[in-house]
Amino acid sequence: MSEAAEVSVAAQAGRIAVRKTYKLYIGGAFPRSESGRSFEVTGAGGGFLANAALASRKDARDAVVAARKAFPGWSGATAYNRGQVLYRVAEVLEGRRAQFADEVRLAVGGSHKSAFAEVDAAVDRWVWYAGWSDKLAQVRGGANPVAGPYFNFSLPEPTGVVAVLAPQDSPLLGLVSVLAPAIVSGNTVVVVASEKYPLPAVTLAEVLATSDVPGGVVNLLTGRVAEIAPWLASHMDVNAIDLAGALDAPGALADDLAVAAAENLKRVVRLPVSDWTAEPGLDRMIATLETKTVWHPLGV
Amino acid sequence: MNVAGDIAASEQSLRRFLHGLPGVDEVGARARAETLATRSIKTDSKRQAIDLAIAMIDLTTLEGQDTPGKVRAICAKARQPGYGAPPVAAVCVYPDLVPEAVAGVAGSSVKVASVATAFPSGRAALDVKLADVKSAVAAGADEVDMVIDRGAFLTGRYGLVSEEITAVRAACGDAHLKVILETGELGTLDNVRRASWLAMLAGADFIKTSTGKVTPAATLPVTLVMLEAVRDYRDFADRQVGVKPAGGIRTEKDAVRYLVLVNETAGEDWLDPRYFRIGASSLLNDLLMQRERMATGRYSGPDYMTVD
Amino acid sequence: MRFEYSPAPESRAIVTLRDSYGLFIGGSFVPGSSVFKTISPASEEVLAEVTHAGPEDVDRAVAAARQAYERTWSAMPGRERGKYLFRIARLIQERSRELAVLETIDNGKPIRESRDVDVPLAAAHFFYHAGWADKLGYAGFGPSPRPLGVVGQVIPWNFPLLMLAWKVAPALACGNTVVLKPAETTPLTALLFAEICQQADLPPGVVNIVTGDGATGQALVAHPGIDKIAFTGSTEVGKEIARACAVSGKRLTLELGGKAANVVFDDAPVDQAVEGIVNGIFFNQGHVCCAGSRLLVQESVYDDVLAALRRRMGTLRLGDPLDKNTDVGAINSRAQLDKISELVSSGEAEGASRWSAPCPLPDRGFWFAPTVFTEVSQAHRIAREEIFGPVLSVLTFRTPAEAVEKANNTPYGLSAGVWTEKGSLILWMASRLRAGVVWANTFNRFDPSSPFGGYKESGFGREGGRHGLEAYLDVTGSADV
Repeated sequence: MSEAAEVSVAAQAGRIAVRKTYKLYIGGAFPRSESGRSFEVTGAGGGFLANAALASRKDARDAVVAARKAFPGWSGATAYNRGQVLYRVAEVLEGRRAQFADEVRLAVGGSHKSAFAEVDAAVDRWVWYAGWSDKLAQVRGGANPVAGPYFNFSLPEPTGVVAVLAPQDSPLLGLVSVLAPAIVSGNTVVVVASEKYPLPAVTLAEVLATSDVPGGVVNLLTGRVAEIAPWLASHMDVNAIDLAGALDAPGALADDLAVAAAENLKRVVRLPVSDWTAEPGLDRMIATLETKTVWHPLGV
Repeated sequence: MNVAGDIAASEQSLRRFLHGLPGVDEVGARARAETLATRSIKTDSKRQAIDLAIAMIDLTTLEGQDTPGKVRAICAKARQPGYGAPPVAAVCVYPDLVPEAVAGVAGSSVKVASVATAFPSGRAALDVKLADVKSAVAAGADEVDMVIDRGAFLTGRYGLVSEEITAVRAACGDAHLKVILETGELGTLDNVRRASWLAMLAGADFIKTSTGKVTPAATLPVTLVMLEAVRDYRDFADRQVGVKPAGGIRTEKDAVRYLVLVNETAGEDWLDPRYFRIGASSLLNDLLMQRERMATGRYSGPDYMTVD
Repeated sequence: MRFEYSPAPESRAIVTLRDSYGLFIGGSFVPGSSVFKTISPASEEVLAEVTHAGPEDVDRAVAAARQAYERTWSAMPGRERGKYLFRIARLIQERSRELAVLETIDNGKPIRESRDVDVPLAAAHFFYHAGWADKLGYAGFGPSPRPLGVVGQVIPWNFPLLMLAWKVAPALACGNTVVLKPAETTPLTALLFAEICQQADLPPGVVNIVTGDGATGQALVAHPGIDKIAFTGSTEVGKEIARACAVSGKRLTLELGGKAANVVFDDAPVDQAVEGIVNGIFFNQGHVCCAGSRLLVQESVYDDVLAALRRRMGTLRLGDPLDKNTDVGAINSRAQLDKISELVSSGEAEGASRWSAPCPLPDRGFWFAPTVFTEVSQAHRIAREEIFGPVLSVLTFRTPAEAVEKANNTPYGLSAGVWTEKGSLILWMASRLRAGVVWANTFNRFDPSSPFGGYKESGFGREGGRHGLEAYLDVTGSADV
């Protein structure tokens, strides 16, 4: 083609966008799946959006290792510090409001207005959870008036590594509503994004990576829930599993996962939510908390 | 020292003495070290501190791959760091390289310190450890850095630890003895206090934090506790023992923090290479870079600092 | 070798002092009835002219607060109120150096303290309370507790910005609006805080700052448009306010003086205990309501502890508050210096032994060298009255029971310290000490989540934590909806 003709073609096409590559988020880095696989993500209109990484059981295994490694640091940080980090995430999220509204609208459809409403709700939800970090102990803990010369108090503590199956139909607000409650108290997580709408989750991972969240606190897998979730549900180094993303799955997936989880007595979270915009309450935070009670005598 | 002798007379009395020392509140000790680390040392006091820190360095190379060439290089750097800086206090090497070190610092004020006693683990029979010491001393070492038996310490066999130190002290002859507590393995600041007193009662000339082969090595809170110990020991036994933090001290900022710690804990009597040393290798270049910045007003760079 | 620290001054350039400050009412700075000057207690230089709010000015401020309450703030969802508080917290962090320097030059406290303690804690208070704004239903006061309305707050000069944070943050989080009167000698950080409220786009009238003296405070406290009063200051003034509120029926919380006992047992971790003693009474020049102003040391370790204490006091650095290495700053005012001197003279007159570490005092400004009195008995004025300065009174005890008895033998009850390695003794002492805050093996530790307040004449009500919210909520159902 002549140079003039090339210039003319480019002029007709307008500026060519630099498309984002959507990878996994493990240990603070963005690797592709070790399996080398990807899967096609289509938008609300049926068109091609992107190829997302198709996570394998080995990716899930690596994610659990990363989460476990990050647990001592994250659970050992002060509640104030965790609250600060989560608030920072909200700040960065807010800064990318337009970007997320686009991602949501391209994924689930709907109007610009409804997309912005979802993003705003997600940011506010995140801020709500950020503010719980340094209050949970006061609301869920306290001194117990035992009959004897003992000082006795109960404290909530994070359970450890939590596998979270993000809700299928709410790729941002729903995602935030299952992720934040797990990490605010000091748990570290492996999230399996919505299978239908995985892209907002990856963009959220970018926000986490640039918001002082230590690597490994949140790990994100995109792919087939039915393929990866069983590996997480049966993993002996995972302490809890939130089945939100499997509750409406075909067959008895949620039940099967719960049965697999029983092998090491994982805390299983089955809390269906019909309206993600409603104020969540404490349930999801409590579900991944242990309670420790300490005794000490009083005497000279 | 009679009193020391009475205390060390039996495993039991030594144990009672060491466990009768006041405890250390870890959070409080850390907080004190952190507050002292906020001291701002500027202008003249910074210049003074940099030169003092340089003069207190035991320039160290303790690697399996050490060779005579390597030792000659650090000796050259030790006696003449460059840029008008004073020589360091000593070089610190493995016993079999002491002859090279002695030759390398001959004619200068730089001392030769040798590690010994199956450094760094200390896991060998006593006669092997003593032979290690004697070979270093015979080769001309001015100072010996020994390690305590941490296994024995952690099982409460304080008498055994004490006897080893006393035996090594005797084997040192005129050489000064630094006793490495390996604080990173002791677990608690209470243990650091007890190990410090144990070493001093057994005749240490210096107590030293670490071999540098274990993390954590020297830290400010650990050194704080050791400085409190030597201060209290001088009141108790009328003998002044030195302190050497070693390992992990890499920047001028770190070094100055240690000097502040000495100044405000044990006091100015310890602000002297005879009673305070810093075991380090890369620290020297950072001190020299800061020295250059103070002198010229410009930030320097690695190209201008010799690799040793 | 002598290691003298060269001067290490923090630069004043970061602060832009105006020549003159108005009152902050309805979101803007406005003139008032008259002006007065605020000085630096370290140098006695005049820093700025500040407006004195007369009764009409207080009236305007209360009206602005009422309007903001009714039209904007009480209707705003907690979630949105919280976001304003988060903004304020962030702004305090962003302007932290400026606030710290300003606090130091107006108050006299060392820059290290304002930088490392006052300002970070102030930001933390706003962060903590921001998170409560939309969670009040979980605080244990019912499903949807209502605010009280307009609150009048009077704060002291010892921690100007921090006391402001302790007052304003919970008040706003709970949905109230505020009229706050800073102390006469330390108005400047409150006025900078007003600028921060503007930068945060806080709706006008939600926070109002009325500078002035005791008369301004009285006008505020007596104002019929105020639903609730929070006062931190002297017990004497606190009692006056309590009398007034007994008649008016206004809700009231008071945080007053103290004469805390710092109890050191024979098995205390000595070096840390000495740090705790020093911190307890010389931190902030002893201008601390919860200061450990009475050292109760077990007689068996008296000599060792006192020797260690004197040695440690010898390393305290007194001088220019803007020098980063200063430990002890200036006394806040001539008036306070006179009070300290008077009580110290009484100590000598009553037979106690006075000792200070050698300490050159600057020529200008108000200074008092850290001082220890030994051979003090409970009957001495210096053991009973709050000195509010860097003066420690040392008494002894023999047994835990005696320690408790002596520690409690005071009309005050704000705080206490216990130093021992024995856990059960700590808890036994804590259960018997009549004090609102007990510090074990530490002292002067504060956190927005930790309730603070006194027993007896140290006041009533708590600030901070879940308990602290109660003061700003209608928990009895008696306030107007």
